[in-house]
This record gives sequence, structure tokens and C-alpha cells, in this order.
Amino acid sequence: MEGKMKKKLVSYAVNAALVLAIYVVLSVLINSGAVNRYYAGIVKLIFINIMLAVSLNLVTGILGQLVLGHAGFMAVGAYTAALITLHSGLPTTGPASILTLLIAILAGAALSAVIGFLIGVPALRLKGDYLAIITLGFGEIIRVIILNLPFTGGALGLRGIPGLTTFNVVFFLSVLTVYFIYAYLTSRHGRAVLSIREDEIAAEAAGINTTRYKMIAFVMAAFFAGLAGGLYAHYIGVIAPAKFDFNYSVEMLVMVVLGGMGSITGSVVAAVVLTILPEALRSFADYRMLLYAVVLILMMLFRPGGLLGRAELSIVGFGRWLKKKFTGNKNGEKPAETGEV
Amino acid sequence: MALLEVKNLGIAFGGLRALKDVHITLDTGEIVGLIGPNGAGKTTVFNLLTDVYVPTEGTILLDGTSIVGKRTYEITQNGIARTFQNIRLFKYLSVIDNVKIAMNGQATYNMFQAAFRTPKYWKEERKMDEKAMDLLSVFGLEGHAQTRAGNLPYGQQRKLEIARALATNPKMLLLDEPAAGMNPTETMELMETIKLIRDRFKVSILLIEHDMSFVMGICERIIVLDYGMIIAAGTPEEVRNDPKVIAAYLGGEA
Repeated sequence: MEGKMKKKLVSYAVNAALVLAIYVVLSVLINSGAVNRYYAGIVKLIFINIMLAVSLNLVTGILGQLVLGHAGFMAVGAYTAALITLHSGLPTTGPASILTLLIAILAGAALSAVIGFLIGVPALRLKGDYLAIITLGFGEIIRVIILNLPFTGGALGLRGIPGLTTFNVVFFLSVLTVYFIYAYLTSRHGRAVLSIREDEIAAEAAGINTTRYKMIAFVMAAFFAGLAGGLYAHYIGVIAPAKFDFNYSVEMLVMVVLGGMGSITGSVVAAVVLTILPEALRSFADYRMLLYAVVLILMMLFRPGGLLGRAELSIVGFGRWLKKKFTGNKNGEKPAETGEV
Repeated sequence: MALLEVKNLGIAFGGLRALKDVHITLDTGEIVGLIGPNGAGKTTVFNLLTDVYVPTEGTILLDGTSIVGKRTYEITQNGIARTFQNIRLFKYLSVIDNVKIAMNGQATYNMFQAAFRTPKYWKEERKMDEKAMDLLSVFGLEGHAQTRAGNLPYGQQRKLEIARALATNPKMLLLDEPAAGMNPTETMELMETIKLIRDRFKVSILLIEHDMSFVMGICERIIVLDYGMIIAAGTPEEVRNDPKVIAAYLGGEA
């Protein structure tokens, strides 16, 4: 079994190298001005959406509970973080601004997690459709509360939020989010969450405190949605309650379903595709949303399990597959293990 | 003191008294059979022992402490593990993960140690892997460790469910129709396996089964339920010749 740890560490190293390579390429492209500000903005949005999709996948795909209020948690994070940078007097220019941003978004994420806990207490007693409706309700309640609070700017929202979300911050936080959720998933805690999706009664009988693990997954998802919300606020500069409505929750759910429920890499791929697609289709003007919808329908018809189903993309696994392909499996390679990145 | 002491156990669903005055005692290392016609309340007894239902009357003592009202997972952690009549595996997960999930309480690393992959994480994961492989090899499943549990043939799925139950380090195993759907050879094998796990893991076993040759061949004592009441209890020999038991199974005057 020593070999397993070694194999895993090699796999981690390969993935870390890939992440670093992506970082170098993207940051060179952005900093050299090879891509314009518009594209650079889309790149940031992609990483924010990755955080949202992966965190929603944690409850919907991995825990197996349909949640329709993810935009509500994002709104909590966005508003909290924006209010902190706007009113706390912390520096918003110069090198200290990154600290301001981190404090603001972590506070937003923490508040979002607390609200996730409060909602989770009654909501997680339900399952399936019932949970979907109740979380939809809570998402809307959060939005309406924000709309009516005295300090959130009403329907106009908050304006002039400093654009502190740099490419570096959004890139590394999104990588950390994905890593953290992956690491969680491949630990005893993650297996417990998976067992709840598979069969809750059997999970209890196997000694799993299902209430506790459901709550942890739900709170973690709220935390990362809040984090993404804070980054979003400091990326877009203007936030209004209307942005965080039911449609946005559905949009995130579409990413999760399209990528494959329970597949983290699937969510990443889907977030990339579904952020780029509407932008790439801009030249079709009015037909844009129509095409977008057609793509989704075709996808569900021909790959109902999502792009990756429950599998994960794996560089090491791909390498092994290539090797097998070209060497004709001479050295008795073991079949690729499932569920490993 | 008996490992398990059930006294006056009863449950009513509305006006229907599904179980009444059930007494069961189980000593360490015993294999006891629970039999009876369909609908007699056998699985209900299991569901009461594992808090799927809460009894309306009676007491359940495990090692002298009451487990009534404890949550299912707490009862499992206290030492009662079970299998299900209709197999309930984590179908999309690998065979070894099915077993490792049941060992959750035996590892102590926390979420942050897992996130940073500290030595403690690796050490405990390796220990769990080794223990899980040991258990799987008892059931001849070690070659299928990475197979998806739902892809195993039926008989092996039953075995995996027992392996998963054993992984919780139970004092007592509740097996709900372990031989259902097995052919005679598999049933014979299973009898040997159950005796083996009793001796090796020092557990008591309470099992429900319809296959009479299986029950008579393996159980040291048998309890017969009919219409929610115990109508007979004793050695296989005594039970086999009890007129009430014959009447319950074949009909007629007792």
C-alpha cells in the first residue's frame, strides 16, 4: 500500500504542474496585453463560476440533495464583502488592497456559511423535490431581505465597489476551492457524504452520522459560494439584488448537471464551457439564447449523465491510457482506478 | 450477563400491534435464528433493535445499557451492525470504499488533516485499506476491491454487505435473510463463513432466514415468531417438533 501513496503523490505533482502551466500561460497572455480587457474579464468570470459550480456540486452531485438557492449564498457573500470594502475604511489601493479583499471575502464567506447552517437545520430534514423547493424559498428570502435592508442600496444595489479581484487572486482561490473539495471527497469525511447519496439508511446502519455530514457539506457549499460572491462583487463593481435571483441558481445547477453530477472536473469543464458559450455566441445576436438552449437540450438527449457522468478527468489516468494504447499493454498495466484525479 | 437483553418488546402501528411481548437474550458468540411465516414481524424486530422504529413498549439492553431512543448510527457505534433483506450497498462506489465507509468512526484525522494530507491522514488511510482488504479476503472479495459494488454478482453483494457490517467492529450482527437468492452450494459456503466470522471476530449473530436447512444447520437456538408473538424458542430439535410451529407453517389446529 506504500505504492498507493507514491502514486497519489505523483498524480498530485502532475496536477500541480498543470495548474502552474495554466497559470503562467494565462497570466502572460493577460499581462502582456495579448488578450484585451474584455477577454481578461471573461477569464475571471470563468474562475468565479468554477467556484460556484464545484461548491454546488458538493451538495447536489456528491451529497445528492437538490438545492436551488445557491445564488442566495453568493449574494450574502457579495454584499457582505462589498459593504466591508466600501465602509470599513481599509485601504483599497496599493499592495495592502489585497489584504482588504481577503478580509472582506472571507467575512462574506463566513457569514454565508452561518446562514447556510441556519437554513440547513430545517431544510436538511427534507430531501429531493421538497428540499429543492425549500432552498428555492430561502434563496428568494435572502434576496428580498437584501432588497429591503436600509444599508444595501435597495433595488439599485451597491455601486463603486473597487475592482480588487485580480486574476491572481481569483485563479488561486478557485484552485484552492477545487483542491479543498477534492481533498475532502477523498477522505473519510467525503466517503461518508458519498454514502449518504448512495443510500441514507445503509449509511446510518454503517455508523455514519448522516445529519452531521449533510450539514458539513451544506455549510461548506455555502462558504465557497459566499467566497465566490465576494470575488464577483469586486470583479463586476456593481451588484444589485436582481442579479442573484432564481435564474442564477438554475444557471449554476445547469453547470453541475451538464458537467456530470458528482464529477468535480466535470463541473470545472462545464463552468468553462457555459461561461464562454454565451459570449462566443454574441455574434448571433438574438439567436444567442436560443442556441444556448439547443446546446443544452442536445447535451441532455445524447449524454444525460452529463459530460463526465460521475467520472473524473485524470492526467495520470490519461497518461496510463495512452501508454496502454501504444505499448499494447505489454507490461501488464493495471486498469485505471476510478475516482482519482 | 447477556450481551443483548430484550424484554417485553412491542410496537403498535396505529391500532395494529405488530409485535407483542418479545423476549430475546443473546450471549456472546451465540448464533440464534429468528424464523416465522411471512409478516410475522421478524424484520420489525431488527428495525426496533436498530432504531428504524421506536418501540412502544419494552426495553432493549446491550451490555446492560439501554439503547432505546438512540439514533441508528449510535447503535451501530455501540456494537449492533446489520444487513438488509433487500441488499443496500453503496452501488456506485467501489467495493473497498463500501467497507471503508463503515470504518469511518475508527479513523480520527480531521478535515484539515485530510486537506493538507498530513502523515496522520496517510497512516490512517493505509490502516483502513489494510483492514478492509483483510475483511474482503475473509469473503473472497479481495480481487474485486476496485470493482463497483453494484456490478458484483448477487451472492457476492450479500457477502459484501456482511463485510461492511463487520467493518464497524460490532459485538453483534443482525443478518436479514443472508442466504436469500443463493444456490445450495453458495448457501453451504455461507454457513461456513458465518461460523468462521463468529469464531474470528467474536460476535454474536441473530439471523432471519427462510431456508430451513440453513437455519437448522447453523443456529444453536431458534426463536419462532407468528403474528408478532414468540410461539416457540429452543434448540433446532425442540423447535422442529413443536406442534405450534408446525401449525404456524402448515396451518391447522395447534
